[in-house]
Amino acid sequence: MRPFQYDRARTLTDAAQIMQGEDAMAIAGGTNLLDLMKLQVETPRELADINRVGLGEIADTDDGGLRIGALATNTATAVHPRVRADYPVLSRAILAGATQQLRNKATTGGNLCQRTRCFYFMNIDQPCNKREPGSGCGALDGIAKLHAVLGASGECIATYPGDMAVALSALDASVEINGSDGTERTVPVRDFHCLPGDTPWRDNVLEPGEIITAVTLPAPVGGTQLYRKVRERSSYAFALVSIAAIVEMEDGVFTRADLAFGGLAHKPWHDPRIAQALVGNAPSAELFDRAADILLEDAQGHGENDFKIPLARRTLHAVLEQASEDAA
Amino acid sequence: MAETISINGTAHPIPEDPRITLLDFLRHDLRLTGTKKGCDHGQCGACTVIVNGMRINSCLTLAAMHEGDEVTTIEGLGTPDAPSPMQRAFLENDGYQCGYCTPGQICSATAMLGEIANGWPSDASETLDGDIEATGDEIRERMSGNLCRCGAYANIVAAIRDVAAEESA
Ligand SMILES: Cc1cc2nc3c(=O)[nH]c(=O)nc-3n(C[C@H](O)[C@H](O)[C@H](O)COP(=O)(O)OP(=O)(O)OC[C@H]3O[C@@H](n4cnc5c(N)ncnc54)[C@H](O)[C@@H]3O)c2cc1C
Ligand code: SF4
Ligand code: FES
Ligand code: FES
Repeated sequence: MRPFQYDRARTLTDAAQIMQGEDAMAIAGGTNLLDLMKLQVETPRELADINRVGLGEIADTDDGGLRIGALATNTATAVHPRVRADYPVLSRAILAGATQQLRNKATTGGNLCQRTRCFYFMNIDQPCNKREPGSGCGALDGIAKLHAVLGASGECIATYPGDMAVALSALDASVEINGSDGTERTVPVRDFHCLPGDTPWRDNVLEPGEIITAVTLPAPVGGTQLYRKVRERSSYAFALVSIAAIVEMEDGVFTRADLAFGGLAHKPWHDPRIAQALVGNAPSAELFDRAADILLEDAQGHGENDFKIPLARRTLHAVLEQASEDAA
Repeated sequence: MAETISINGTAHPIPEDPRITLLDFLRHDLRLTGTKKGCDHGQCGACTVIVNGMRINSCLTLAAMHEGDEVTTIEGLGTPDAPSPMQRAFLENDGYQCGYCTPGQICSATAMLGEIANGWPSDASETLDGDIEATGDEIRERMSGNLCRCGAYANIVAAIRDVAAEESA
């Protein structure tokens, strides 16, 4: 690890002030940042330890929703009685990721901001436009099994690797953000992560110095909630394709079908046209195919990851079949 | 007042160099070499310790981040003369071959039974709110963060099931 200055923030104001430093970064659980600092992929000059600023609370909101503090651990969120009862897709998505040891440290904010697992990004001897703008993209003609089939660019085909945010996208949660000057803003999770475009170094909309303070969930929507993760081992592997689904049926037709997809793009993928196609219709293989056609309309493989396109279609079929049976 | 971290009940000053991971602090500075370094990247679980009751990978956290925390390592669970129930069960079941992953397995399994007792679900749990039994599937899923290069998994699961059965008896 490169030398850095370590500062333990006691308040959010403290943290905001430290974050004004050049090359300052927040450290929460540390499970992604320290990994990348050991590899010298991340080389902050200053670390603001935000573990003790009091952002760990999970509390009810006035409108019946839930506010999950940025420093709440993934375990605390997954086992929270209200998350289990009212937002089971979120518990399931978190439990499908990483290991218990990692989830015990990983936090809401850190999980949202975790960086891609692209091998070239994680190896400083390789070209990577995300890590080293202008150096090229090693994955384009290389090992691209984990990479994107939707929304990629000629500059970067990396995927956002997380599970939790896929469920948050299906739930239409929001991210609360605090600026280093004390200003606050709220961004829907669906708009929090960026597509790579010609700024592949940009993972999300956070500006320098900004700190996530919480994620808020809207009032419970009920319905049948599922998280299906397809991976190379049955446990402890990143998603090749994952789907978070919240489905409701009445009189044999879909009345709600909020879906979000992981493993396919640089962000959790949400396409409102899929719900529009499903709602009002009775489940059938043809209908599921139509939903998959919409999802995969612009899908493009890069050789090694071509399999993700049929895999996403089949996973979508399986999820809609199971959800419509459970919801009926 | 110096900032300290409690290791197996003894307070130690936090190291000056902030780069020192909790794992290196234990092994290198305190010579508590029971905790092992396998990958140093959060992948193998050999470095698992229990901090404030929760199992974590000590390689992916800085010692400086643990001011005031209580850390329990394999040395703190029991001794050769007075092993903890999990330590004894690993001995009785031959839950290892080379032994390198074992301290991490034992720390992890010890905390894991507490998680089951709390009713915390896992990816293998049928429902999110039911009672959880320490079945083979539950144990395998919950222990997936502890790799064993020797493949002693069958006996590791047997050891954990023994302790789970004793505790629920
Ligand atoms: C072996 C392994 C397997 C894994 N498998 C999975 C998996 O299957 N699924 C999955 O989803 N994840 C997986 N992970 C990733 C894990 O979930 C993340 O490392 C973790 O969620 C990051 O959270 P953290 O609190 O430790 O973040 P940190 O490492 O502390 O921070 C990560 C980034 O977020 C920034 N940050 C942290 N908090 C804030 C905040 N409040 N405001 C602004 N910025 C902030 C940091 O500056 C840093 O850039 C795996 C990790 C490992 C090591
Ligand atoms: S896919 Fe993105 S992260 Fe991976 S090498 Fe290319 S530019 Fe870097
Ligand atoms: S040494 Fe920490 S997980 Fe491998
Ligand atoms: S006993 Fe050798 S690695 Fe597990």
